Amino acid sequence: MNSGIDLQGTFVQTLQDFGLPFGLAKAIWLPLPMLLMIIGATVGVLVVVWLERKISAAAQQRIGPEYAGPLGVLQPVADGIKLVFKEDVIPAKADPWLFTLGPVLVVIPVFLSYLIVPFGQNLVVTDLNVGIFIWISLSSIAPIGLLMSGYASNNKYALLGGLRAAAQSISYEIPLALSVLAIVMMSNSLSTIDIVEQQSGYGILGWNIWRQPVGFIIFWIAALAECERLPFDLPEAEEELVAGYQTEYAGMKFALFYLGSYVNLVLSALVFAVLYLGGWEFFIPLDRLADWIGVADTTPWLQVLTASLGIIMTLVKAYFLVFIAVLLRWTVPRVRIDQLLDLGWKFLLPISLANLLITAALKISFPVAFGG
Amino acid sequence: MNLAEGVQIVSLVILGLMMIGTALGVVLLPKIVHSAFLLAGVFISIAGLYILLNADFVAAAQILVYVGAVNVLILFAIMLVNKQEDYVELPGRIIRKAATALVCFGLFALLGTMVLATPWSLDTVSVPVENTVVALGEHFFSDYLLPFELASVLLLMAMVGAIILARRDLIPESLVTDDTISTKLTLPERPREFATLSGDSDK
Repeated sequence: MNSGIDLQGTFVQTLQDFGLPFGLAKAIWLPLPMLLMIIGATVGVLVVVWLERKISAAAQQRIGPEYAGPLGVLQPVADGIKLVFKEDVIPAKADPWLFTLGPVLVVIPVFLSYLIVPFGQNLVVTDLNVGIFIWISLSSIAPIGLLMSGYASNNKYALLGGLRAAAQSISYEIPLALSVLAIVMMSNSLSTIDIVEQQSGYGILGWNIWRQPVGFIIFWIAALAECERLPFDLPEAEEELVAGYQTEYAGMKFALFYLGSYVNLVLSALVFAVLYLGGWEFFIPLDRLADWIGVADTTPWLQVLTASLGIIMTLVKAYFLVFIAVLLRWTVPRVRIDQLLDLGWKFLLPISLANLLITAALKISFPVAFGG
Repeated sequence: MNLAEGVQIVSLVILGLMMIGTALGVVLLPKIVHSAFLLAGVFISIAGLYILLNADFVAAAQILVYVGAVNVLILFAIMLVNKQEDYVELPGRIIRKAATALVCFGLFALLGTMVLATPWSLDTVSVPVENTVVALGEHFFSDYLLPFELASVLLLMAMVGAIILARRDLIPESLVTDDTISTKLTLPERPREFATLSGDSDK
């Protein structure tokens, strides 16, 4: 099968044609996708912040941001600039090193996880063998940063918030990993590219959401809990804990937490789209359609069209999920901490284990439909 | 030397320095919380070394298990202990420290001579594994089946033990009555509730 556009190969080839050695051409290429991913993630956050303000306003019959730019689209930029210029306060009896390092440790793993998010056959920063597993293991670093900032703030609310965040993140990581494992078992690979490939060919009917109806609900609940979104935002429950581990933070350090949580939300939505909604696949199988109307696989305009449609489809799916998350936040009340832990350990964990076992059984019985 | 080799040597040096630095910090820093956080640094540098050795799955598992679980549990244990106690200098502390340093240096010298004395032969024949996950799975279910199964039985036993300890209604009353004597290290704790006494208060 033809693999679509290979930007890296073309770029390196072009530079080599100009007479540069292969190593130098590769070294010039390497930072480009990484930079593009960081910029893309940050812009994605700005969009989500604007969406959150607008959707919450609509849910509460308000207008929302209106004056900063058309329809208030520049409001998140204004927020960001405000946070950059705010004074950077470190509380008097706080531990300055840990206090500074905490938000950094929360943000870096989230950005690193963008390595494995694919937007097309070759439109991914790196296609690792352990793809989706690296996302799970990187997301397990964040609790350390939360504990660190909670402890270093020297504030009881912050410490409680940090402990709650870590407990919540550890409890929901297990159902999350188990539901991902069911997908991995069906696709015979941990690589995100292979996971999307396995869903391709039948358009919307081939997506994993039909084969994993329980798994995708577990994944969504666990992902919301990992992102500390509202039904599960106990670490910063303002009625109980002021703002949890963020209480003592101001300026850019607070902005890092803010950025990290929204980047994490977009990332979870992207991973959800990759795992359950067919990643970059269109609703109808495009290559069959092209075959049917008699356009060859290697036609340049078709490849450009498929690639751009792939990026658009991934983003559309991810932002649809973000929309659901925002709507949930403004319509659903918060659960209590004991309800949260009960839900995680006594409900989601057994269900996800059963889901894994049933997937294994179905894979053996119907290898055609469940990836033998 | 091409690009990949240069990057590998630089990463090896950085990771090595990071690991030694953080490991020394774990041992030498006076505050236990700092030591616990630096331990995460040690684990992450080890994961980096695994990546340099082409063991990507092991590296990810190292981060997940050691940083995400073990280290977080250590931190939880430290942060849940809220015993206020002043730091008192032990008498003869310098002798203890000197003895520790001596033993550590002896071990280091022993391992150093071993490293220098061993004739290391570099393996230039075998090609790197294409898919580490598949290779690991094949080994687990063929020549390493027994250790793998034994490890899973061990983990199951640990899990059952933890559940028994956490469910206090399973511990017979005669065993728990005599631990009310509080020593210096007893944690402030809620009095034990028994299923028979507390009724359905946990519903």
